[in-house]
Amino acid sequence: MTMYGWTGKVLRVDLSKGKVSVEDLDRNKAKNYIGGRGLGVKYLYDEIDPAIDAYSPENKLLFVTGPLTGTGAPAANRYVVVTKSPLTGAIANSTAAGDFACSLKYAGYDLLILEGKARKPVYLYIEDDKVEIRDAEGLWGFDTEETMKAVQAATSARAKVACIGPAGEKLVRYACVMNDAGRAAGRSGVGAVMGSKNLKALAVRGTKGVKVADHKAFYQAVEAAYTTLDYEYVEEFHQTGTPGVLSLVHEFGVLPTRNFQTGVNDYTEKISGETLADTLSVRKRMGVGCPGCPVACGRVTRVTDPDFAGFGFGPEYETIGMFGSNCGVDNLAAVSKANFICNRAGMDTISTGNSIACAMEMYERGLLPEEVIGFPLEFGDAHAMVKLTEMIAKREGFGDVLAEGSYRMGEKYGTTEYFMGVKKQEFPSYDGRGLQGMGLGFATGPRGACHIRGEAQDLDLYGVMDWRITKDRGLEVIDPLRYDDKPPLVKDVQDWFCMIDSCGMCNFMFFLLVDEDQMRALIEAATGIDMGGYPGFMKTGERIFNLETLFNRRAGLTAEDDTLPKRMLEEPMPEGPAKGMVVHLAEMLPEYYQLRGWDKAGNITAEKRAELDLA
Amino acid sequence: MTKMINVDIDKCTGCGVCELMCSFKHHQEFNPLRARIHKTLYLDKAVAIPVLCRQCEDPWCARICPAGAITKGVDALSGATVVTVSEEKCVGCKMCMLACPYGAIAVGESGVAEKCDLCNGVPQCVKFCARGPFLSATWRRTSSIASREWPTPCSPPTSRRPE
Repeated sequence: MTMYGWTGKVLRVDLSKGKVSVEDLDRNKAKNYIGGRGLGVKYLYDEIDPAIDAYSPENKLLFVTGPLTGTGAPAANRYVVVTKSPLTGAIANSTAAGDFACSLKYAGYDLLILEGKARKPVYLYIEDDKVEIRDAEGLWGFDTEETMKAVQAATSARAKVACIGPAGEKLVRYACVMNDAGRAAGRSGVGAVMGSKNLKALAVRGTKGVKVADHKAFYQAVEAAYTTLDYEYVEEFHQTGTPGVLSLVHEFGVLPTRNFQTGVNDYTEKISGETLADTLSVRKRMGVGCPGCPVACGRVTRVTDPDFAGFGFGPEYETIGMFGSNCGVDNLAAVSKANFICNRAGMDTISTGNSIACAMEMYERGLLPEEVIGFPLEFGDAHAMVKLTEMIAKREGFGDVLAEGSYRMGEKYGTTEYFMGVKKQEFPSYDGRGLQGMGLGFATGPRGACHIRGEAQDLDLYGVMDWRITKDRGLEVIDPLRYDDKPPLVKDVQDWFCMIDSCGMCNFMFFLLVDEDQMRALIEAATGIDMGGYPGFMKTGERIFNLETLFNRRAGLTAEDDTLPKRMLEEPMPEGPAKGMVVHLAEMLPEYYQLRGWDKAGNITAEKRAELDLA
Repeated sequence: MTKMINVDIDKCTGCGVCELMCSFKHHQEFNPLRARIHKTLYLDKAVAIPVLCRQCEDPWCARICPAGAITKGVDALSGATVVTVSEEKCVGCKMCMLACPYGAIAVGESGVAEKCDLCNGVPQCVKFCARGPFLSATWRRTSSIASREWPTPCSPPTSRRPE
């Protein structure tokens, strides 16, 4: 039976045995978990024991597309890498956009499952039905850019490549998978898992198309989505990209500064998105688009300053927040340089920047002696920051320690008090003290601290009032400092984001005002399934979120991991608009668990599991 | 005055929504390889260039076609000049592919030459382009390119809009 939206095929590659097989997509799983993040966690949960070591050959690495990936829905261009994270020990699901995602779909696969471990470095070449495991010993040690060029030269100039860099090979715990020059499936160390499997790259050339179930209905849904987009924001976002929000976040007083010691600083303007767009951007106030994206937020930057010279994609908002304000660095060229190093090495810029800031604070407090690092490491020292980034990528000297993440670094040098993150994963560039909903989201997120897993900044910060989550409640304004109204909102936003990450569209479309019903219409028209209206749609999201939590519980994480660093809970914000605030987690968490239908210990009750058809 | 699709490469981001919607319109599937407009992204300069049929005033594809399958006419709905391929007459000899200076016509899986037909007066690439590299959702009325002699096949578009 033909499937629409989905391609209906799963490609399974056993790297230990060098065996390739194709199987049919499980129709039931597809209906209940949609694709991307949802389908990925379902397959992973069913196939591995979550308690295993992330680097063991038993762990599996899944590349999953969604039913809308590769279609004409706005910015439907994403894939998700799902595996067990070496950084958090929890579920990892990192999404990235780009031609690679669409090519995987055009080659005819919804899901690519990589198992086992190759004896020697290999790369995979997929050309529609032809799948080859090829030798990659000559590529080992290449950075991501060199790898992509070499793989394209060896396969096809039209092949789209996703690969790891030296950081992934050396198992830096927050290494990422890079694709299409500068796009990253960044967080939770999915690149390190790929490295542990001795898999250097995936090259895909897809020539088939994606068909949808109802041609007319899908066209109308796409039309409706395009009509809904707020073109004023689209234009703003296009001109400055994600760094454009830097000044906004600073206005709220939640821009992490000097390892989250405060939320405001006096150099934001120097590193803002507007400055980047006007100075270092190759084309001023212009971005490069991922497939089918009306926004095109991608930055292409060239730095000519000899100390920090380089060229490439980025930096994004999170990168500037972490390497810039959080390290006390006010030099955009240095931030860009650190970003280029990370992109080429294949490393998560958020965790790298945050870890360096953590080391800086520990150095300044005398907890990390200079002999250990090899040079002074003070806040604001751009050269030291860039040097340390290079050392982490190569695992040289102190970089070897920091490559384990700042939590493990803290453990080694006496205290984890200055580790800023959740579940051993570092915070992104928002301070939860001034965004209470986000604070709760950080604490409860299945993959640790993360800003794009429904951590409610879209409500707290951007005030998106056009979703049913907010509209149906009659909300007109949201106070980011208020906490008593946040648990139900955070729960709903988390479920909603499970759907966003599963459908194959970029989440930016949704804070440019595409809503729940429009996404449901797109999925239903593309696949031909009936999702059971808005309630059924949200239930699917809730099912995905609960399965991820179930995975974490079986991996050994408990409710005690749903917490925040002492600084967030006890140290009031010293200055700025959020002055005097801490995250009121103790007040929010019990209500949140209750709304989730979990018991007081944060375990999913049997009734809830039955309700969501979870085994 | 001739209505025509005009590309403003200063605004194009290379997202390729034009390719997706083109293939959906003509082949009922999303597949950039089957589109009749193609973009190329030059990352080092962050420039993307979409190429499609220019509905030439003196179409070389029509001149060379041995089957007489390619004709120039006027689109009934929009009044735009449009060069069309007759599926009945086309024999798939690919001579038009050799003649076209832009690579904007190709013989597809169907065995006949495929090219931009302006979607019966509502070009989908124009409609869904959020950046407006095609200048606007209602196309631009211009005579600048269509009425010119083609000096060389590679002459740059003359209608680049100032910032």
